[in-house]
Amino acid sequence: MNAHQLAGAAARLKVNIEEKSFRTSDGGTIEVLRDLNFEVGENEFACVLGPSGCGKTTMLRILLGLDREFRGSVQLPGKVEARMGAVFQEPLLLPWRTVEQNVRLALPTHLRDTSLDQLFASLGLAKMRGFYPSELSLGLARRAAIARALAIEPDILLLDEPFVSLDASTAQQLRHLLLGVWSDRPTTALMVTHNLQEAIMLSDRIVVLSDRPTHVLGTFDIRLPRNYRNEQVNADLLRAFREKFAGIRTEP
Amino acid sequence: MGLASAESDRMQRGRAPADRSKLTSPIMIALSFAVLLAAWHFAAVTWPSRSLPGPLPVFQTFLRETASGDLPYHLGMTLWRVAASFVLAMVIGSVIGVFLGSFRRADQFFNPWLILFLNIPALVVIVLAYIWFGLNEVAAIGAVAVNKIPNVIVTMREGTRALDPRYAEMAAVYRFGPLDRLRHILLPQLQPYIAAASRSGIALIWKIVLVVELLGRSNGVGFEINLFFQLFDVAAILAYALAFVAVMLFIELLLVQPLERSSTRWRRRAA
Repeated sequence: MNAHQLAGAAARLKVNIEEKSFRTSDGGTIEVLRDLNFEVGENEFACVLGPSGCGKTTMLRILLGLDREFRGSVQLPGKVEARMGAVFQEPLLLPWRTVEQNVRLALPTHLRDTSLDQLFASLGLAKMRGFYPSELSLGLARRAAIARALAIEPDILLLDEPFVSLDASTAQQLRHLLLGVWSDRPTTALMVTHNLQEAIMLSDRIVVLSDRPTHVLGTFDIRLPRNYRNEQVNADLLRAFREKFAGIRTEP
Repeated sequence: MGLASAESDRMQRGRAPADRSKLTSPIMIALSFAVLLAAWHFAAVTWPSRSLPGPLPVFQTFLRETASGDLPYHLGMTLWRVAASFVLAMVIGSVIGVFLGSFRRADQFFNPWLILFLNIPALVVIVLAYIWFGLNEVAAIGAVAVNKIPNVIVTMREGTRALDPRYAEMAAVYRFGPLDRLRHILLPQLQPYIAAASRSGIALIWKIVLVVELLGRSNGVGFEINLFFQLFDVAAILAYALAFVAVMLFIELLLVQPLERSSTRWRRRAA
């Protein structure tokens, strides 16, 4: 009953998950997602915001095609087969390959010989190309994971809380780096987070999710271009968001 | 005095970095063998007998057999059989092991077979192989491989169960081809298990190869040892056996260990 369709001309992401549940070890079932429907437009950066444990990662695994046990349909952008750039919660670099090998291995065959100089330079990884992942800090490993996701010139970029367990300044620096490389070649992007300020800083649209069974509570569109956003504007946006979604548990 | 201080100095240096202590120092190896040789020589001199020649007569026999070309020929035959059955056992055992490690149902079904094969004595497999397939090279190498395959299966099955599924998922998302998955996802994770299986494999296989040669081949170290047993030529038996042990040691030192170091270098350079 589920389908991974392709959009064809329309480079939109359409998520229509009717139901997704897990079987528990004692034989019962837990319903995780219920009537989860939203769309992300072409080259739009969307954030999915929701309380911890609400099934955001489950939804992302469905989008990535790693979990096909669900009812509903998912339509990914892309011509033949959506090329997906994924940044997981953990960097998931192969520890036995260098940073550059990790990025090159992910490239589709026609991009195998492409120059990665500019990408590595803009992510500040130029000197770490020959390093093994165990020699990198978490922040640098995340950068390498972002480099891998963007190097493949993805039709859609899917990010699962890529800035958690970093100190505030490293996370902020990484957000700017991500925005920088994403703006060089915009693509439809969906980032899962539970950090509202991060969502306001990065996204064109925030999709707010409920507790389990998860569905969309509402969306919050930010039409202001990112280069006009500053601390004052972000604070106003934050207030507007809080008014619209009063009573939602979000991190400060 | 000088020796004693050099000795204590070396021991201190050997203890300091953890990396160096893994590699036994060549001086220690030489010293250890020298003591063993001396003990052998002493025993042979104390109880002179045809059944216990000293190191010197054995070495003379070794030189004579090498000069005549017999020893290199038989050594070469045994080595080729060891290599062939080793490769065969590792490839077949790994494929079956990875398969059983990946599919629990199949594992449950085939596990009794595996236990059966693990417990069949090597001699029975060899004799049956010669009876069923004739006294030929294929039967000999096949019989040795069959003796080793169950061990490889068990080790590789454990390795497959320990695989991290997240790497496979990453490979699925980034659409790695089958060859890339094998080279960059599967084999690096299985590497410690492959190393363990090869180490115990080489040690086991060359001993079984000698039995196979003794029972049904007309060349190889095992055949020669049987011949010299009938002639009661202990010096020749020892010369052949020790020559082959030396070859296996060199393979271990010059091939297996450097290969292992290069394939695990990413572990050592941890930040």
